[in-house]
Amino acid sequence: MIQFELEKTLKRPGKSKERLEKPSFRLEVKFALAKGQFVGILGPSGSGKSTLIRCLAGLEKPDVGFIRLDGFTWFDSHLTINLPPQQRSIGMVFQDYALFPHLSALGNVLYANSDRPKAMEWLDRVGLADHASHLPRELSGGQKQRVALARALAREPELLLLDEPLSALDEELRADLGELILSVQRSTRITALMVTHSRQEIARLCDTVIELKSGKLVSEKSCQKL
Amino acid sequence: MTIDLLPFAVSLQLGLWVTVILAVCMFPFAWIFARSTKAWVPWVESLFSLSLVLPPTVLGFYLLLFFSPLSPLGQFLDNTFGLRLVFTFPGLVLASCIAGMPFMITALRNGIMAIPEHVLEASWTLGKGRLETIWHVVLPNMRPAILAGVITTFAHTLGEFGVVLMIGGSLPGISKVVSIAIFERVEAQDFASAHVYAGILLLTSYVGVFLLNRIQRTQRLRDARRDSV
Repeated sequence: MIQFELEKTLKRPGKSKERLEKPSFRLEVKFALAKGQFVGILGPSGSGKSTLIRCLAGLEKPDVGFIRLDGFTWFDSHLTINLPPQQRSIGMVFQDYALFPHLSALGNVLYANSDRPKAMEWLDRVGLADHASHLPRELSGGQKQRVALARALAREPELLLLDEPLSALDEELRADLGELILSVQRSTRITALMVTHSRQEIARLCDTVIELKSGKLVSEKSCQKL
Repeated sequence: MTIDLLPFAVSLQLGLWVTVILAVCMFPFAWIFARSTKAWVPWVESLFSLSLVLPPTVLGFYLLLFFSPLSPLGQFLDNTFGLRLVFTFPGLVLASCIAGMPFMITALRNGIMAIPEHVLEASWTLGKGRLETIWHVVLPNMRPAILAGVITTFAHTLGEFGVVLMIGGSLPGISKVVSIAIFERVEAQDFASAHVYAGILLLTSYVGVFLLNRIQRTQRLRDARRDSV
């Protein structure tokens, strides 16, 4: 189980009237994910969705709170514990793929797990075994995101963080990749958190959805109710 | 016409030392200048780039005063380490490093800035530390920038005159570099020798600039290909 209770002051994005009146707001989220649960985070731009998963990944530091995975502390402001990302058992998929441009598809997966047969197996699972030697610039957007997914899972993490993984793709590719993410998540039983703007995607892929508004968790419901 | 090859050897040695020292020592600074958002960074960055706009003689004059055996620093270095920096090859290397610093640091900083933040973050989330990320991700992806820094720094050091003359003088085999040899040949009205020295320097500089343009062109084409996917 992953439990977290986080608070962090954030700057309000854009140039709206609201930003002029209140230039900052506070992200305050308390939540727990059961093992194997797939949770979607929904909310308007600047509501703190990405910051939340960046805090879980260790890429940003919350002001106050804790993050625990099965009783093991990743972050605790009172105990001054803050594990760096490399010491947290996470896999992260970024919106812009973030593949290493100088490494092939296989090289990218091997970077996460140096076991070659296992890396090939992951590429095969995302349907890219034939493209193992291709550099990222030789792959399409959808293929790049598949490699990014294989790379994130090759490390066999406890928590998979997906930061708008489908938003850079067109409609058809979104549906295909969404199905792939879902099937991989179901088969590995990995706990996953996905940030997205799309209610439809969340309804299709996730078990539970939490909604953020100006940094506050305003609702939590089962996706069947969406 | 008398062609002495010693100035070429001194210039070549000087260029290699300065390029290697700057490539290694400037990387941490380039990293800070590229990545840090601290308020003091632009102030320090400007200090590092000062020699780009400062007349070399001004820089040479202050370095001469600073490293002189009569200055506190000069006396300290001489008494503690037996190190003299004025009119010696180590002094020439140090002065040329200060003069060539902006060329290396600009190239390295641009190379680091061209690597998206998410790529570094992806490496950290895959279990790699900062040093591993620099070695396996940053350095391979900034090879053209490193090459550009090496070429411009080396070429600039070969052509350096003012700083070299002020701090090194013109001691054969120690501080007499090609640019000073050209100046002395012209002063002696030995234009034929000056032509040979200048011609070789011209050719070397041209090859350097040609290689630099080629690297930048290749990089531009690669970027365009990447953007079009």
